[in-house]
Amino acid sequence: MAHHKISVTVNGSVESVDVPSNMTLLTMLREKLGLTGTKNGCTAGECGACTVFLNGEPVNSCLVLAVECDGAEVRTVESLARNGQLDPIQQSVIDHNAVQCGFCTPGVLISARALLDRNPDPTEEEIRDALVGNLCRCTGYIRILDAVKDAARVGAAPGTGGSR
Amino acid sequence: MDTVETTTPRPHQENAAPRPVGESVTRLDAHEKVTGEAVFADDLQFGPNMLYARIKRSPHPHARILKIDASQALALPGVKTVVTGQSTPGFIGLYLKDRHIFCTDRARFVGDPVAGVAAVTEEIAERALDLIHVEYEVLPPVLDPEDGVRPDAELLHPELGSYEVANFIFPQPGTNIPNLFKIRKGDVDQALSEAAAVVHHTFRVPHVQHVPIEPHVAIAKVDERGRVTLWGSSQSPFAQRNLIASALGISQADLEVVAPYVGGGFGCKAGVSMEALAVAIAMQVRGRPVKLRLTREEEFYTTFVRQGLVAHFTMACDAEGNLTAMDNKFYWDGGAYAEYGVNMTRGAGYSSSGPYDVPNVRTDSFCVYTNHPVGGPMRGFGQPEMQCGLEQCINHLALEIGMDPMDFRRRNCVKEGSNLVTGMKMHATGIGECIEKAAEAIGWGHKDPPSAPHKRRGKGIAAMWKAPAMSPNAGSSAWIEMSEDGKCTLGLGGQELGQGTFTVMAQMAAATLGIPYDWVRIASPVDTKYSPYEWQTVASRLTWSMGNAVVAAAKDARRQILELVARSWEETPEDLDIVNGNVISAKSGRSSSLKGLVVYGLAKPGDQGWIGGPILGRGSFMPTYVTGLDPETGQGQRAVVHYTTGAQAVEVEVDLETGRVQVLRGASAFDMGKAINPDLVNVQMEGGLVQGISTALFECLQLKDGVVRNPSFVDYRIATSADAPRDMQSIIVEVPQDDGPFGARGVGEHSMVPTMPAIANAIHDALGIHPGAPPFTAEKVYLAMVDAGLVK
Ligand code: FES
Ligand code: FES
Repeated sequence: MAHHKISVTVNGSVESVDVPSNMTLLTMLREKLGLTGTKNGCTAGECGACTVFLNGEPVNSCLVLAVECDGAEVRTVESLARNGQLDPIQQSVIDHNAVQCGFCTPGVLISARALLDRNPDPTEEEIRDALVGNLCRCTGYIRILDAVKDAARVGAAPGTGGSR
Repeated sequence: MDTVETTTPRPHQENAAPRPVGESVTRLDAHEKVTGEAVFADDLQFGPNMLYARIKRSPHPHARILKIDASQALALPGVKTVVTGQSTPGFIGLYLKDRHIFCTDRARFVGDPVAGVAAVTEEIAERALDLIHVEYEVLPPVLDPEDGVRPDAELLHPELGSYEVANFIFPQPGTNIPNLFKIRKGDVDQALSEAAAVVHHTFRVPHVQHVPIEPHVAIAKVDERGRVTLWGSSQSPFAQRNLIASALGISQADLEVVAPYVGGGFGCKAGVSMEALAVAIAMQVRGRPVKLRLTREEEFYTTFVRQGLVAHFTMACDAEGNLTAMDNKFYWDGGAYAEYGVNMTRGAGYSSSGPYDVPNVRTDSFCVYTNHPVGGPMRGFGQPEMQCGLEQCINHLALEIGMDPMDFRRRNCVKEGSNLVTGMKMHATGIGECIEKAAEAIGWGHKDPPSAPHKRRGKGIAAMWKAPAMSPNAGSSAWIEMSEDGKCTLGLGGQELGQGTFTVMAQMAAATLGIPYDWVRIASPVDTKYSPYEWQTVASRLTWSMGNAVVAAAKDARRQILELVARSWEETPEDLDIVNGNVISAKSGRSSSLKGLVVYGLAKPGDQGWIGGPILGRGSFMPTYVTGLDPETGQGQRAVVHYTTGAQAVEVEVDLETGRVQVLRGASAFDMGKAINPDLVNVQMEGGLVQGISTALFECLQLKDGVVRNPSFVDYRIATSADAPRDMQSIIVEVPQDDGPFGARGVGEHSMVPTMPAIANAIHDALGIHPGAPPFTAEKVYLAMVDAGLVK
């Protein structure tokens, strides 16, 4: 298998990684960089557990090849809290008891942050649409919707959260 | 005119429990779960020495294995071992040992593990599978449980009579029936002949999958002496230790199971499903960790399924609307191996009256071997499937006799002292209150106009009950160790699956000990080498059973502290208390922080030595009062520890043009005795309702000739953020459980038990059509409307 040396900015730090050509961004994050906050629920683009920011857009990292990320900017759930301060969406998810097993949570948080970044005041329908690709088997979703709604009300404090 | 007798709610125990019991404190695990720090089994790092395993599986539902040739696979560079049934001759199984870790002579379902490979990469392991050549002699399969019980059916386990079995399971040697559970109470035939109304229905409830978002994963390592460490996503670390060790013929003390957070279980990670495969492979490559992670596809067709059920109900009442008889026959599609299916069969039997007082009941509940995936526990343990039909029949019968279905349920529901189907006496229960409150919450009795002329609205209700279905003597234990500053670490062996058990255990420990909630830490991950014993995280039993052990451990630590301080102060422990982390005396008014004394003890006056020592509280709990039931009649003193009861009511809107059913609102009311953390109870009710809606409207594992046809999220649809009703109400009813901690009993599974029939009954209310067995897909409902002449 051919290997490639790529340079990718992950959570603000430039990483130089040696990746086989068939390795996904998800596997690179989890196995090459030890960033295990991003989860693998299906490896097929169907569950949303692996959602990360790629150049500011939410993507299923199990569908992106690592080699395609040469020169790109990636942000994972590990980047949401800064200096011990949670992103408002993280705090809101805690406050609403919108986390149970927590396996979908990293992907949900990235999708929600992405929505709030492009639409600071989403309607309930817009929130449901934005999260439709993030499957959750535990919560029944309403708490997650409420958490996003409330986080929108709070807004993103400068210097915390945000995709860029 | 209301002559209906309802259960009298006990006086509310509000404020009776010490803080923080009864408070909705923040989950202990929430912070690490939103930052991505929470560790799940797949996140553990094992370094470059780790090997990857893949499994060669039977493509046939039923076949004899004639020959396995692994020579080509073994020759592939990077392959370290190939394991077959020859290395795993021992039997494994929770209640009935009928299974080998790898198939030996026979494969019994599509997906049955035939060989396992360990290689340096996952790709090489996968490639090696194609190089293992297996010769099969295909055998006729059994694909329907009613076919499976026919005398001429192909026998799947001819050795059934020789298997080791628990004493409350009754296999029928020479058949495909690993368990038959019977109830014979009263005179059913007489009652049926005298009835004012009788209904009869058959329901075929399909298989469904648990679909946790985290797939199964296990990593095993065996050292040179043969001692095993297993890391996995597990609801049952101790049961895995026991079952795998005995199957491999090693000591339980030489098998350590480490179980980090579970990313959703719902039953599929209980007992042993795929973990033993990783251990058996690791046995052959000692010193190297071997990781087996199931693909999503394997998750759908190789792990435990919620069994299919064929259920026949005959139900009767008198002219006043009193239930008089039930005659039930259940055929459970147990799949290739008995595992949990045999006990679900039993649970369905001893709960087969539903939550009703019925004088005459006859039930035959058959677990049947088929060449389908293995039946495992799924949230509700057989009760959602069984009560799906039962609660539709109740509705039908009420309407037959001209009664409101809600009143009919209130009239007939069990009460304290009711003589249950097994002869057990019912304990205090709030089911009447649950039925009333759920109905009231959705405006029972008022019909709102539909949102469009081509839509119809309807309301439906269903009640439920469920007991923890488990070994009668399933035990729990806990310890509490104090740290120097007075905070404590709580050791327990039950698992955090998302239900919030670590949080409520910390609440109970804090309340009992007298320290603030945020002073409690959980000794996690659960590790069988260091954590105290816990049977399994199943059956909604932790709050009650492990809770009792935690309270006992906290009481033990508290007693030691109070005795120590009393000696030092020359007072009696009875005059002392621990409040907010300080020991105080009601008599002398003295007070002391816990700091130091809980580890170092206290100095005697005048530097004359010391008293006390490190405080370590211990507690254990095991129910000792569950008795056996007669195999012919199902009668006995006490069949179960207790029943949690409840009800759900829903309003639906059906689109006449498409058949699509939309749940507009749902109300859940359950009696969990005492809500230790009310909002965690609420979110269990919401999550269960949506999971119930998902199984009611969408889910069905499509099995054709033993092959799962929809093993992906695209083809097996579960509820998404678009499907959750905005209006979900959760109602807490608290009639205390006499042997529960602070009066609590479990409620985790219950919230999805009545959902399917509540929706079915609402569809009937909207359309006048009994929709029968789930899922109530748009297509199915549309065709039913065509059949009924509602649409053309
Ligand atoms: S793991 Fe990428 S979408 Fe499921
Ligand atoms: S919290 Fe478990 S899948 Fe969402």
